[in-house]
Amino acid sequence: MITIKDLHKSYTMGTNSLHVLKGINFSVQEGELVSIMGSSGSGKSTLLNILGMLDEADQGSYTLDGVPIKNLNEKIAAQYRNKFLGFIFQSFNLINYKSALDNVGMPLYYQGMKRKERTEKAMAYLEKVGLANWAHHMPNELSGGQKQRVAIARALASDPKVLLADEPTGALDTKTSYEVMDLIQGINDEGKTILIVTHEDDIAHMTKRIVNLKDGLIIDDAPVNQIRAASHV
Amino acid sequence: MFSLERWQEILETISKNKLRTFLTGLSVASGIFILVILLGFGQGMQNGISAEFQRDAANRISVYSGVTSMGYKGLNPGRFIEMTNDDYNYLITKYEDDIEFKSSVYRIWSGTLNYGNESGSYRVEGVYPDYQFLENENLVAGRYINYDDQRLKSKIMVIGNKVQQDLFAGKSAVGEYVQINGINFKVVGVYSDPGGEREETRVFVPLSTSQRVFGGADKVRNLGFTLKPQENFEDALAQSLQFSAEIEEFLKERHLVAPEDTSAINVNNTLESAKRFYDLIGMIKTFFWVVGICTIIAGVVGVSNIMLIIVKERTKEIGIRKALGAQPLSIIGMVLHESIFVTAIAGFTGLILSMALLEVLGPNMQMDYIKNPSVNFNVAITTVFILVFAGALAGFVPAWRAARIKPITALREE
Repeated sequence: MITIKDLHKSYTMGTNSLHVLKGINFSVQEGELVSIMGSSGSGKSTLLNILGMLDEADQGSYTLDGVPIKNLNEKIAAQYRNKFLGFIFQSFNLINYKSALDNVGMPLYYQGMKRKERTEKAMAYLEKVGLANWAHHMPNELSGGQKQRVAIARALASDPKVLLADEPTGALDTKTSYEVMDLIQGINDEGKTILIVTHEDDIAHMTKRIVNLKDGLIIDDAPVNQIRAASHV
Repeated sequence: MFSLERWQEILETISKNKLRTFLTGLSVASGIFILVILLGFGQGMQNGISAEFQRDAANRISVYSGVTSMGYKGLNPGRFIEMTNDDYNYLITKYEDDIEFKSSVYRIWSGTLNYGNESGSYRVEGVYPDYQFLENENLVAGRYINYDDQRLKSKIMVIGNKVQQDLFAGKSAVGEYVQINGINFKVVGVYSDPGGEREETRVFVPLSTSQRVFGGADKVRNLGFTLKPQENFEDALAQSLQFSAEIEEFLKERHLVAPEDTSAINVNNTLESAKRFYDLIGMIKTFFWVVGICTIIAGVVGVSNIMLIIVKERTKEIGIRKALGAQPLSIIGMVLHESIFVTAIAGFTGLILSMALLEVLGPNMQMDYIKNPSVNFNVAITTVFILVFAGALAGFVPAWRAARIKPITALREE
């Protein structure tokens, strides 16, 4: 599903050049649930941003579902993001003047789907994350866990190939984190490929594979025995 | 570009951000409102001042006759030329379309007025009803001479304020009989004149009466005309000069005066004042245009400012939308569509409100120098389009930049 070869990325800050990714080789098969771990500054977020086409690599190749991701202009990048990827952010990033339902419908709007169809589909995804009753609430009327579940429903709405989650539980308490992880595990069980960036060990162990980053290099990449979040809830 | 889905999205965004929409709309609407009111009052001042000047008869043309200075066609110099009713009637018929006010004047030299024990010597003139406007006289009591008086050769008179003061010592003169050189005349009106006391020591009687009673036969002393106002000074000047030249030529030919004789027929054209009048109107127009343009500029700056703030405020939202698959063009379209929609609606609201206010207030305005403020609809609607266009242009630059921001940067924005 995802293949990365010899990926380099550096940032220039004034006269200093910061080499963040120093040659990452890495691939993800369909249906995997992978966590990317590392201390802050290890380059894990940068890697995720490149995978998410929110940022561009300086060097190396990236293939997503057989499509080489290279020299994208804004227009094509936007198309690919819409078609291939679903994003889950630490700070939820819901549009605060739109209801939960409309937030979930956003990716579908950009696919050019008609309003009626969009609303039906968004409603189905809200049901899936257990928030059908909250469909017409505004984000500020929802708890953190609920917001993240709306964000997950939104990420799923366009039926992407890969879900990318950047610290999805970073802003949540432990109990809520586990509930969100339970949801993510459920989605993975249905066959969706998911990548999670986290620095929390317990969250990482709820995935099927942990990739450890340090100073811009993968130092460890091993499958783990998945701990079901449901057993902690 | 203008699909139904886009409209739904825009209308939803607008309805969910009422304060933002309201503030944008308010600045545009008030800008247009102020501009229209301002231009309206500019027009009102122009109307008012025009009215003041026209009552002054700044464009008056006077014709006097005098003594010939050279011989012509076998006639000796030194003849006294006297104009007649026929001259006057011929001229007012020939130039009927051009003339606004007209009167001929027969003057009674040294008219002595007696009322009771009071008496005084005043300038008594026989005139037509229009003479009130040629002299810029305002009635303070009673009425002016009218055409019935002319026809009936009534023995009535209109006297100046000063005459009333002198003869009546503060009493009302209207309805009283006053003798002019021993003949009774009834006072029907009292006038005031901005020219002051000197102008108010005059007495007017119907021209026909004066000619009959004081032995004038069909002779007239001078003629006064004003021409209808023109759009600009050049037209008025050209018309006035042509009119003066034509009547001078006509009168000289009729009274056998040499064409080069400058003393027998005098046509006095008050162009100097007319020029000042048109200059003033020109300056007022220019002033209000400058103020109007400055107001538009201020409005454009205001709209631009708000658009900048709106786009800045929405940076994060734009980042989210881009992460969800929004293309740059759709971001620009979204921002512009919203801004054009809001500024257009607000602009027309301001336009309609201000025009309505002018419609209601305008005709009822009773102030010196302001008369019937109104605004040219085309000018007003053009300014609305300029503002909407400027708002769109001002919104375009930040929208375009926002659309180019990397989503990752926009998302980091808090």
